[in-house]
Amino acid sequence: MSDHESTYVPKTGIEKWLDTRLPIVRFGADYMALPTPRNLNYWWTFGGILALCLVIQIATGVILAMHYVPNTEMAFASVERIMRDVNGGDLIRYTHANGASMFFIAVYLHMLRGLYYGSYKAPREMIWIIGCLIFFLMIATAFLGYVLPWGQMSYWGAEVITNLIGAIPVIGEPVLIWLRGGPAIDNATLNRFFSLHYLLPFVIAGCVVLHLWALHAAGQNNPVGILIPKDREKKDTLPFHPYFTVKDGFAIIVFLMLFALFVFFMPNALGHADNYIPANPLVTPAHIVPEWYMLPFYAILRAIPDKFGGVVAMFAAIGILFVLPWLDTSKVRSMRYRPTMRTFFVLFVINGLILGWCGAQLPDAPVIGDFKTFILIDGDLNSYLWLTRFATLYYFAFFAIIMPLVGLRETPQPIPATISEPVLGGDAEKG
Amino acid sequence: MTLQMNIRAMKKTLVLIAAAAGLAFAAQPALAAGEAKHPRSGGFSFEGPFGTFDRNQLQRGYKVYREVCASCHGMDLMYFRTLAEPGGPFYLSDQASPAENRFVKALAAEVQIADIDTETGEPIMRDGTAADRFPNPYPNATAAAAANGGASPPDLSVMAKARHDGANYIYSLLTGYAAVPQGLQIRPGQYYNEYMAGDLTPFMPEGTEHVPPGGFIAMPNPLTDGQVTYDDDTVASVDQMSKDVAAYIAWASDPKQEQRKQTGIGVLIFLFIFAGVTYLSYRRIWKGVAH
Repeated sequence: MSDHESTYVPKTGIEKWLDTRLPIVRFGADYMALPTPRNLNYWWTFGGILALCLVIQIATGVILAMHYVPNTEMAFASVERIMRDVNGGDLIRYTHANGASMFFIAVYLHMLRGLYYGSYKAPREMIWIIGCLIFFLMIATAFLGYVLPWGQMSYWGAEVITNLIGAIPVIGEPVLIWLRGGPAIDNATLNRFFSLHYLLPFVIAGCVVLHLWALHAAGQNNPVGILIPKDREKKDTLPFHPYFTVKDGFAIIVFLMLFALFVFFMPNALGHADNYIPANPLVTPAHIVPEWYMLPFYAILRAIPDKFGGVVAMFAAIGILFVLPWLDTSKVRSMRYRPTMRTFFVLFVINGLILGWCGAQLPDAPVIGDFKTFILIDGDLNSYLWLTRFATLYYFAFFAIIMPLVGLRETPQPIPATISEPVLGGDAEKG
Repeated sequence: MTLQMNIRAMKKTLVLIAAAAGLAFAAQPALAAGEAKHPRSGGFSFEGPFGTFDRNQLQRGYKVYREVCASCHGMDLMYFRTLAEPGGPFYLSDQASPAENRFVKALAAEVQIADIDTETGEPIMRDGTAADRFPNPYPNATAAAAANGGASPPDLSVMAKARHDGANYIYSLLTGYAAVPQGLQIRPGQYYNEYMAGDLTPFMPEGTEHVPPGGFIAMPNPLTDGQVTYDDDTVASVDQMSKDVAAYIAWASDPKQEQRKQTGIGVLIFLFIFAGVTYLSYRRIWKGVAH
C-alpha cells in the first residue's frame, strides 16, 4: 500500500501547470485515495482526532498569545482579562485549557490501541518511535503551558519539576539555573517558558508529518495485525476517502461532544482550584499535584525514595516506550490472538489508572480504611507509597519482563490468512 | 477466534475507560485527620447545565460585598461596567452599552478613585466612572497585611474558582463560625471556622480522639442579622446574606458562564444532529461493504 500507483489525473489547466512544478494537488489526491485496511475499527479514529486536537490547540493558542502578557506581575490578570474582556475569550481560553486534557485522553487511547494491536512491530517501528517523541513533546508543552497563567499550581509545579533537574549529580545545579534563567523561578523563567510553549507545538507538528510519512511508507496496521499481501490489496483495502473520512468524521464529532461538555458546562472540572490563586513564592500549597494526565508519571517519580532515582525512573517510564518494538518477542502483532498477553494488557491499563490515582494522593495516607499495618522499610504497607511502588514495578515489568517472556512462551491462537476472513469467513466482496 | 470474542474484548476495554474517567473525576487529595467539613449546598439557581443566575440575588450579593466585604477585600479584576454586562446584576436590555448603564454609572459615581490631574500631574481623587475598576481598600499588599495582623485579605475576583466547590464553600464558610470546641487553643487574631482548611490536632489537648473539623481563619465573623438593608423584601439574615454574596462572587468569578452554558446547549444540539447526519452518511457509504 506504500508504493501504490497514483491515480490522480490533472483535469484543469491550473492543475496540469501545477502538477509538473509542485504536485501538491496530486499529493493530496493520493493521500485521499490511500488504500486503507477495510477492517479498521473505531480505535483507529484517534489519529484523526489527535490531528484535530493539535490544530485546535495551535489555533486557540495563537489567539491567546495575542492577549497574554508573559510577565509575573501581569500574567494572571491578563489570562482573566482574556476571559472577561476579549470577545469570545472565555471560550478560547477554556477550549485551550480543556483541549490539553482532551489531547491527552486521545493520545493515551491512541497509544493503548497501538500497544494492543502491536502497531509498533516491524515494519512500523519508526511510526511508534516518532509517536513516542510526540508524546514526550506533548508532556513538555503541557507542562510549560500550565505555568503560564502564573497561579499557585503553575508556580509550584514549575518549582517541583525544575528542581528535578537539580537532582542530577554535578551538572544539575548549573543546568537548573540555566533553565530557570536565574537562581529562582521568576520573570525570566516565565518568559522562556512562554517562548518554548509557543515553539514546541510546531516541533510537534513537524513530528506529526514524519509520523504520517512513516505511516504511509510502512502502511497501516489493522485489528487482525497481518500485513496485506500485494495481490490482496484490492480486496482487503478501501480508499481512505470516503470510507475513512466519514468514519473518522463521525468519531471526531462524538469526541467534540465530550470536548464541548467540558468547555461549556464544567470548564474547570479537570483543573485545580489552587491555580486561580495568583502565584505566591512565600506560600506553598497544601498539596502540589500536576494535571491529571501527568499523574501516573508523577506517582512513579515519588515511588523512588531517592530524588535522582525518581527522576531516572520517571524518564525511564517514558524512555522504555521507545524500545518497545524490541522488547516484544511475539511473532503475532494483534493481541486478539494472544489471550495470555491480553490479560496482562488489561492489568496494565488498570495498573496505569492506579498509578494515576496514587499520583493524586498523599503518599503516607492509608489506601484502605484508616488503619496501620506494619512498616516496610520506610512506610506503612497500607499506604499510597507502597501501592505506588507495586504499580511502578508492574509498569516496568510489563515492558521489560512480561512482554519478552510471554512472546517466547505463549501459544497464540491461529491467525486468519487474510483480514477479510474474520469478517466474512471468506472473501470481502459481498455485494 | 470469533467476532464475538473481539466484541467482548472491546467491551471490556470500554468498561475500563469508563472506570478511568470515573477515577479522574474522583481523584482528590486524601482526607487527613481534622479536615474541614464538606461545604453544604446553598441550593443555587445557577447550578447545572440549564441553571441561570437570579438577578435579584446578584444585586443583593453585590450590596453585601460593597457594604461588608469591600471594606477589607478587593476585587481587582472587576470593573463597574462588568456589573452591567449581559447576565450581570444590573444589565438592562435597553442600555446602549454596559458603560452607559444608569445604575452602574450611579454606583460608580459614589466611590472616589485615586487618579492624577491631567493638567498638573498632581494626585487627586475623582468620582468613579463605569470604566473604573472596583477600588481596592488598601493602597498596596503590604498595607493590607499590616492592617490585618499580617494576613492580607485575599482578592475576591475569582474566589469561587479558587476554592473547590466555590459558591457552596463561600456560603458555608460565612455561616461556619461555630462555637469554639472545648479545649481548642486559639491565638489572638484567629477565629474558628468549621469549613476552613487546616488541621487542629496541635491545638487540641494531647490525646484528643476526635479532633474537630475545620481550621483557623484570620477573618472574624463578618455578618450579623440585618446588617445590610436590602432593597427588596428579602430578610437580611446571615444565611441569606451569605448565600447572596456567594452567588455574586460566583458570578463575578466567571461573568460569562451563563451565556456560555446557553451557547453550549446550542452547540451540543448542533453536534448531536451533525453526528446523526454523519452516521447516516457513514451507513450509506459503507452499505454492502464488509468490514
